[in-house]
Amino acid sequence: MADELGRKWDRCLADTALKTVTGVGIGIVFSVLFFKRRTWPVSFGSGLGLGMGYSNCQHDFRSPYLIHGRMVKEQS
Amino acid sequence: MLRVCLRGVKATAQKSSGRIRLTNVQQCREYTTGESSGASRVVAAGLLTVTGGIGGTIIYAKWDHKFRAAVEKNVPYSEWLLGLALGPVSQDSGLPIRKPMESIQPPSMLEKQMRTSKAKSEKKLKETTEYGAQDSGPTSPQPAQNIQEASAEATQIISAISEVQSIPAPCDTEPTAAAGDCKECSDPNIALETATVFQDTKSAGTAEPLRERSAEEVAARLAQQNQDEKDIITSLSARLDDSLASSAKATLQAIGAQEAALQAITQHTHKLKEAMEAEGPSEEKSTQWKDLEAALADRTTSVNDAKTALVKANEALDSLKSVIDKSKGLKITAARPLILAAEENLHKMVVDLDKVVSKVQSAESEAKIVAQYTELVHEAKQQFQREVSSLTPEIQANWKGLTGKLSTDDLNALIAHAHRRIDQLNRELAEQRVREQIHMEAALEQQRAEDQRALDKAVGTAKQHVKEEARLEQERKLAELREVIEAEMRTQLRRQAAAHTDHVRDVLKVQEQELRAEAEQELSSKLLAQETRYRQLTQEQLDDFTLDMNAAYARLKGVEEAIDSHVEAEEEARKAHRLWLSVEALTYTLKTASTESPSMPLEDAAEAVRASCVENDFALALASALPEESLKRGVYSEASLRARFNSLRSLARRVALIDESHNTLYQYFLSYVQAALLFEKQQEVPPTQLRSEDLDPFKLLSYASYCLEHGDLELAAKLVNQLRGEARRVVEDWLIEARLTLETRQVISLLSAYANAVGLGTTQAP
Repeated sequence: MADELGRKWDRCLADTALKTVTGVGIGIVFSVLFFKRRTWPVSFGSGLGLGMGYSNCQHDFRSPYLIHGRMVKEQS
Repeated sequence: MLRVCLRGVKATAQKSSGRIRLTNVQQCREYTTGESSGASRVVAAGLLTVTGGIGGTIIYAKWDHKFRAAVEKNVPYSEWLLGLALGPVSQDSGLPIRKPMESIQPPSMLEKQMRTSKAKSEKKLKETTEYGAQDSGPTSPQPAQNIQEASAEATQIISAISEVQSIPAPCDTEPTAAAGDCKECSDPNIALETATVFQDTKSAGTAEPLRERSAEEVAARLAQQNQDEKDIITSLSARLDDSLASSAKATLQAIGAQEAALQAITQHTHKLKEAMEAEGPSEEKSTQWKDLEAALADRTTSVNDAKTALVKANEALDSLKSVIDKSKGLKITAARPLILAAEENLHKMVVDLDKVVSKVQSAESEAKIVAQYTELVHEAKQQFQREVSSLTPEIQANWKGLTGKLSTDDLNALIAHAHRRIDQLNRELAEQRVREQIHMEAALEQQRAEDQRALDKAVGTAKQHVKEEARLEQERKLAELREVIEAEMRTQLRRQAAAHTDHVRDVLKVQEQELRAEAEQELSSKLLAQETRYRQLTQEQLDDFTLDMNAAYARLKGVEEAIDSHVEAEEEARKAHRLWLSVEALTYTLKTASTESPSMPLEDAAEAVRASCVENDFALALASALPEESLKRGVYSEASLRARFNSLRSLARRVALIDESHNTLYQYFLSYVQAALLFEKQQEVPPTQLRSEDLDPFKLLSYASYCLEHGDLELAAKLVNQLRGEARRVVEDWLIEARLTLETRQVISLLSAYANAVGLGTTQAP
C-alpha cells in the first residue's frame, strides 16, 4: 500500500513525460508538415501532452475515490 | 237430623226473632223519639244486615255441609256458633260403604300378598261355607292331582286373584258364586286349606297375620290336605256308593214288589171280573172263588210286601238323601260329581218308585171299583137269595140248579116275586132316572173331588219331580258352566302366572345382577385389600433391601468415583500439560519472526494445539480463532512493524491532505509542501481521550510512534486507525498486518492463560 503511491508517481511521471514528448513530437511533425514550422503546434502538442499526462495522473491518483454507479433496470 | 234442624230453626228463629224484637223495639223507640233518627237508623240497619247475614249463613250451612266446612275453616269462631245453632257436623251416609273396602287394604308387597291372600282366601271360603254355597265346579280328584302340581304357583297367583276380588267380595251379599267360581283353579288347594283350617281353627272372618310358611311346609301341608281330601272323597264315595247301592236295591225291590202287587191286583181284579161275569157251573165257580180267594190272598200279601218294600225303599232313599246332604255339607268340590250322580240316581229312583206306586194305586182304585161292583153284585145276589129264601125257604142258595126241584107254586111265587121285584126295580129305576141328574151331579162332584185330589197329588208329585229335574238340570248346567269358567280362569291365571313368572324372573334377574355386583364388589374390595397388604409387605421388604443395597452401592460408587476422579484429575492434568506445552510451542513460533520476514506459519503449532485440546471447546474455539493468514503465512513481529511504520510515517505525512474530495495533483503538491514545512514532535504521548484536534494526521502519527516505541502495538493500531483519506490508504497494509499480529498474539495469550489456568487447576497441591 505504501508502495503504491510511489508506483503511481512513477507511472504518472513517465506517462506525462511520454505524452509531452509525444506531443512535442507530433507538434513538431505538424508544425513541420502543416504549419510551416511555426512553434505553436509544438507548444500546443506539448501542452496537449502535458495536459493529458496531468489528467491521466490525476485520474490515477483519484481512482480509489471514484464511485462507479450502475444503472439497474427495474425488474418488472 | 230432623231434631237438629228443628233446633236450629228454633234457635235461629229465637235469635233472629230476639234480635228483630230488639231492632223492632229499637225502631219503635226511634219512631217514638224521632230526634236521634239518623245515626240510630244507620246503626239499626247495620245490625239488621248483620243479623240477616248470620242467619242466612246458618241456614245455608245447615243445608250445605261443604259451605259449612268452608265457613268453619275460614271464619274463626264460626264452629262454635254453627255448633250451637245446628249441632255437630253430621257424617255423610256415603262413607260407610267405603269403610269395609278401606278396611281391607290392597296388598302391595309380594310376601304380604301371599300372606294376606291366604288369609283372605280362607276367610272367603269360610264365608262360602257359612252361606252354604252352591256346588263348585266338578273338579274330579284326578284333575285335582294335576292341579296340585302347580299348586305353589297357584298359591302365588292367589295374590292376584285376591287383589281382584278383595274389593267387591266383602260388600257382595253373595260372594259365594263369584268366589266359588273364581276359586276354581285354586279350589283344591283352598279347599284343602279350608279343610285344614276347619280342622285347625274355626275362627271366622278376622284376618290373622299368618306367618309365611316355607315351601316344604306348604308342600307338606298341601300334600296332607290332598291326602285328607282324597280320604274324605273315598270315604264319601264309599258311603255314597253304599247308600246308593242299598237304596237302589231297596228301590228295585220296592219296584219289584210293587210290580208284583200290581200284577196280583190286576190278576185278582181280572179273576174277580171273571168270577162276576162268568156263569159257569158250580164246580168251576167254586174253583173260581177259590182262585179268587187265593188271588185275593196273593194280592193282600203282595200289597203288604209292596208296602213294606216301599217303606224300606223310602227309608233307603231318605238315608241316601241324608248322606247326600251330609256330603254336600262337607263342601268338597271333588265329591260334587259323585253327589250329583247320586242325586240324579236318587231322583230317578224316586221317580220310578212314584210311577210304580201311582200305577199300583190306579190298579188298586180299579180293583176297588171292581170290588165294589162285586160287592154290590154280591149284595144284590144275597138280597135276592134272601128274598128267594124268604119266599121259598127250602130252596138252597144255588138257585141255578133248582129249576127241576121247584113246584108250580113256588114257581108262581117266585115269578110273582120276580114280577114284584121287577116292578120294584122299575120303580127304583124310574126313581133313579129321576134322581139321575142329582146322583150324577153328586157322583160327578165326588169324582171331581177325587179327580182333583188325584190331580193335586199327581200335580204335586209331577211338580216335585219336575222341580227336582230342573234343579238337577240346573246343577248340571252350573257344573258345566263352572267347568268352562274354570278352564277360562285357568287360562287367564296361567297367563297371569306367566306374566308373573316373567316379572319375577326379571326381578330375580335384576336382583341377581345387583347381588352379584355387590358380591363381586365385596370380593374385589377384599381382594384388593389383601393384595394391597401383600404388596405393602413385599414393598417394605423390597424397600429395606433396596436401602441396604443402595447404601452399599453408594459406598462402592463413592469409592469408584474417587478413583475415577483421581484418574480423571490426572488425565486432566496431563492434558493441561500438553495443552500448555503446545501453547508454549505456539508462542515460540511467534518469536521466530525476524526483522523483515514474517514468522513461520503457525499452522503446525496451531494444529498441535488443536490436537492437544480436542475435548476442550474453549481451547478449540480459540485455536480455531487464529486468523487464516497467520496460519498460512505467519505473522510479522512487532519490531518489523515498527520499522515499517517509520517509513510509512513519512509517506503518510506527505499525503496528509489528500482525501476523497481533495485529491487533485495540486492538492498533492500542497500536501507535499505541508509535509516539508510542518514539523511535529517525533513522539508524543497520546492522551487518554482523543479530542477532535488530536485527529490531525501528524499528531496521530506521533502518538502512534510513541506507542510503538513503547511497545503498545494495539494503541498504535488504534491511533493509526483514526487516519482518514489517502493517509489511511497508505497505512492500510500496515494496519492489517498490525491487526493480524495483534489478533494472533491475543489468541495465543488467551490460550496460554487458559492453559496456565487449567494447569493450575489440575495441579494438585502436594
